[in-house]
Amino acid sequence: MELLKVVNLKKVFPKTKEPAVNGVDFSILKGEVLGLVGESGCGKSTLAKCMLRLINAQEGNILYKDRDLLKILPKDMHRMRKDLQIIFQDPYTSLDPRMRIGDILEEVFIIHHSFLRGRRKVKVIEILEMVGLGETYLKRLPSELSGGERQRVGIARSLATDPEFIICDEPISSLDISVQAQILNLLMDLQKRKNLTYLFISHDLGVIASICDRVIVMQAGNFVERGLCEDIFRKPKHDYTKNLLKSSSLLS
Amino acid sequence: MKRNRNNMRYSLKIWNGVNKLMLFGALVVIFFAMVALFAPLIAPYDPGRIDIENILTGPSPSHLLGTDSLGRDLFSRMVYGARISLMVGLIAVGIAAVIGIFLGAMAGYYGKWVDVLIMRFVDIMLCFPTFFLILAVIALLEPSIVNIMIIIGVTSWMGVARLIRAEILSLKERDFIYAEKAIGASDFRIIVRHLIPNAMAPVLVNITLGIAAAILVESSLSFLGIGVQPPTPSWGNILTEGKSVMGAAWWMVVFPGVAIFITVLGYNLLGEGIREKLTRS
Repeated sequence: MELLKVVNLKKVFPKTKEPAVNGVDFSILKGEVLGLVGESGCGKSTLAKCMLRLINAQEGNILYKDRDLLKILPKDMHRMRKDLQIIFQDPYTSLDPRMRIGDILEEVFIIHHSFLRGRRKVKVIEILEMVGLGETYLKRLPSELSGGERQRVGIARSLATDPEFIICDEPISSLDISVQAQILNLLMDLQKRKNLTYLFISHDLGVIASICDRVIVMQAGNFVERGLCEDIFRKPKHDYTKNLLKSSSLLS
Repeated sequence: MKRNRNNMRYSLKIWNGVNKLMLFGALVVIFFAMVALFAPLIAPYDPGRIDIENILTGPSPSHLLGTDSLGRDLFSRMVYGARISLMVGLIAVGIAAVIGIFLGAMAGYYGKWVDVLIMRFVDIMLCFPTFFLILAVIALLEPSIVNIMIIIGVTSWMGVARLIRAEILSLKERDFIYAEKAIGASDFRIIVRHLIPNAMAPVLVNITLGIAAAILVESSLSFLGIGVQPPTPSWGNILTEGKSVMGAAWWMVVFPGVAIFITVLGYNLLGEGIREKLTRS
């Protein structure tokens, strides 16, 4: 089943001529992990932000369960936000430095009037435990946490709305090598348990190959190649993909 | 923070040096705030009590700072004057902060034409020679304490607006603000709960320094006779009264002058201290 479909999405930042995202089309099936690879600055994150309307795209359609997110009423968009979440790359800038972990998570419930006041704390602890943290983190500030712990809080925040679809925008690339695997395992474990759908953005082809079913290769705002992971990694057609594969094999 | 012992000693020294000035500023601020707060308990006489038999007597045990040309106790008038001067300073800056934070946040967050409109308005406001604008407005309205607080507030919010705008321009591109949007937070929540608290640090410095400036403006206005009106005592109008009898009664100009000087110095040192600390961390 098609969960989300993007049609001809285009984003041009003011003061630049080249579009950051140049009319891309793709769809994501329910329960799949779709990979999106490309070098930094190729428009991956911009595409992600446009998809959730964190920034506004100029053209195109984003169909979620057959409703166009760019055209629905603000009231409906607010409700849709519960279903569509994002995990950011840098856990050092993705948490409000002045808020305690408990408050960061509770805010999600307050915004969506999810639970009665008394129940919220219990639910926050439940979510913290789901990502491998616990009650002791409630009163702590982001600055008192390690990168891995922060990223777990970021994941907890995106899970708090009980979403169906999560964009993982390079969720492990700014973490220590030692915790990268832990966070990746957590993400994949959650995906299976809750039957989540991921758009997994990365520039690490190894990670993409190990977790994704399908992959899209992006270059300078355009999709240059797409298909099943095995096909693309075994027989890349586009020069850019070949280069990408070559450079990553050089590293490893 | 692990440092080796030598470094530690050195940096502690600097830290102490800076902090002494800031500490002095903070103590002055607290001292005068206490004086203002507990004025009725501190003042030995009613500040308006006229005593014809003791006109312009110098400092003495019964009148610590002497008396003025109506025989009123200068110490009591100074104590009550602290109330007026500090209140004008605090409330004027409070008004300026509210206007500045609101307009600055709007300009920074919404950008585009909202930003252009507000920032050009800031530019226009900055073009006016503020003190003469205040003089003109006070000449039109009557010079009451409330009017003075409002007019000082309304003419001194531009610095705060610029600072808040600049902070928010950089903050709003941070991922945690995008995260707020993703979980469905309203603009109001994002601005009030997340952007403004994170943008307040430099504004705090500006506000502290602003209080000093507002106290000076109030004193200047009162000195020119269009500020706080007698018989209500303020440091500025005590100074004015003293001016005419300066030759005979030095205490009438020295004490209010020193009080204004020390208070303004205190707020400035405190503000600079906070700035120093913020840029360090």
